[in-house]
Amino acid sequence: MLHIVACIKQVPDTKIIKMNPKTNTMDRASAPAILNPYDAHAVEEAVRLKKKYGGTVSVLTMGPPPAVKAIKKCIELGADEGYMISDRAFAGADTLATSYALTKALEKIAKQRPIDLIICGKMTIDGDTGQVGPGIARRLNIPPLTGVNKVVEVNKEKGYAIVHRKLEDGYEVVKSQLPCLFTVEKDINDISFAPLPNMIKAARYQPTIWTADDLENVDRKQLGLKGSPTIVSKVWAPPKPEGGKILTGTKEQQVDELLSILLEQKELFS
Amino acid sequence: MNFDDYRGIWIYVEVRDGQVAPVSLELLGAGRALADKRKTELAGVLIGRGVKTVAPTLFQYGADVVYVYDDPIFEHYRTEPYMRALLDCCHKHKPEVILYGATPSGKDLASAIATDLPTGLTADTTILDIEEDTGLLLASRPAFGGNIMATILCKKYRPQMATVRPKVMKALPPDPSRTGRVVEEHIELHEEEMRTKVLEIVRETKKARIDEADIIVAGGKGMGSKEGFQLIHQLAEVLGGAVGASRDVVEAGWIDHHHQVGQTGVTVTPKIYFAIGISGAIQHVVGMQNSELIIAINKDPNAPIFQSCHYGIVGDAFEIVPLLIERFKEEIPKIKAAAGEKEGIANA
Repeated sequence: MLHIVACIKQVPDTKIIKMNPKTNTMDRASAPAILNPYDAHAVEEAVRLKKKYGGTVSVLTMGPPPAVKAIKKCIELGADEGYMISDRAFAGADTLATSYALTKALEKIAKQRPIDLIICGKMTIDGDTGQVGPGIARRLNIPPLTGVNKVVEVNKEKGYAIVHRKLEDGYEVVKSQLPCLFTVEKDINDISFAPLPNMIKAARYQPTIWTADDLENVDRKQLGLKGSPTIVSKVWAPPKPEGGKILTGTKEQQVDELLSILLEQKELFS
Repeated sequence: MNFDDYRGIWIYVEVRDGQVAPVSLELLGAGRALADKRKTELAGVLIGRGVKTVAPTLFQYGADVVYVYDDPIFEHYRTEPYMRALLDCCHKHKPEVILYGATPSGKDLASAIATDLPTGLTADTTILDIEEDTGLLLASRPAFGGNIMATILCKKYRPQMATVRPKVMKALPPDPSRTGRVVEEHIELHEEEMRTKVLEIVRETKKARIDEADIIVAGGKGMGSKEGFQLIHQLAEVLGGAVGASRDVVEAGWIDHHHQVGQTGVTVTPKIYFAIGISGAIQHVVGMQNSELIIAINKDPNAPIFQSCHYGIVGDAFEIVPLLIERFKEEIPKIKAAAGEKEGIANA
């Protein structure tokens, strides 16, 4: 029986977020909080593997109390258990401090039930780094397999997994010892519709919530802002482009004008 | 931590099929400027099998030193052996800055190294600068889906590290007279202790690589449906270009993810970029704004894409694009014929 843990995050939907142009800060109220899209695929894959091989799917998140909503979403997708670490001490963490806190939580989960596989989304859409997953793998000293877009096999008995990792110009087939960590691409699967029993379970579900004090052997200097080597020194609005020339005349005239501009670069078309 | 011990700008060099990856040459260009400002050396770190042969190329593009780990165990990129080699190099030679391409392997390796050392790591940097007297790296990047730019510093740890988006920095013109020092390094690793194995590498050359295409025809939600999106494919085919797409088109399942241009997709810099039925959300624009010529076609005269294009046509793609296809079909053969005649004269 596999124990798979998916690491997830609740994020503001950056596609529709409004920025305050005076302060260059996000108006968080303007964007709905959603489950990070890549993480939805991580949970979906974990659930599919559970259905194929048998086992349990736990999800773990770090965030403020409202992030419980993201865990409920994962329960809808078919996860069995949810864990959340939430504490002011975690606030302001960069990727290094985030991977530290999540690793401490994973160690605690593993004490209750050993973990065979950790699955993360490739990146979050608010942090946009893709650094937390591989950071967790390094801290736990297990192989990271980043950019996975297909899981061929997970064999707990023989202690290995085989996956496809996406490359710039194709993919590679990699075999890794278990336990290991995947970060997954969006094209690894299509998200299934949540069946009604899952929806009902999710509505009532209360995850296990831990503070920094609940975790073991925590060096507080490595948490949150204090434990973050990187700091944001300045933010500014990206420069506004000047805008292009809008062609005029009839459709045919516009197309002809465009063609004469483009065909100047003869070498592209010969 | 004594910062004075840490010197030099390093580039993690990626080699694919015996060739230096373009992003590594771009980084040598960016790294050269930083090294000159700090009056220090620029080094390339080469890890692989049979990679020593590319050292002269690295010198031509700006490197002063090349550290080489050349061993069969490094045949394919794997986190563990590559990380061991680069950590070994870091502990021995103590760089002030390490830059990596924001590529699948560059990001993977940088994350592992940053966690192990530990030090700070800035992702997907697009602007780099360094303070001449303190050596503080100023790494700036689009944040929150490209809605803002942020400058990230790492004041208390060395080396300072960043991954840098491909196609953003400029490689220097190669200087055949430049040479440098090769430092051969070795680290004891055993294949049987490695926990991962690359079984096979599959190159998908059939598809026009979107990040290398000279012409990209990109379509957005304005194409209405998967069927409507076929028009994008048709124009791309006539032009011999690659097909690009906005995020919502990919999410709607009209085309697969590796065609996605933008913050969570690919950054492209073609000679001609068509944005058709694309509204021009910032996430998309950051991925194509450095294209040489951007053509926007959109029904909505207020679409933000018209702010980010060179030439725009306000109109219905389903009327404009077929006209374009028809006219290109007339003109391109003429250009080809003229070019063929020229060649004929040259060969005569």
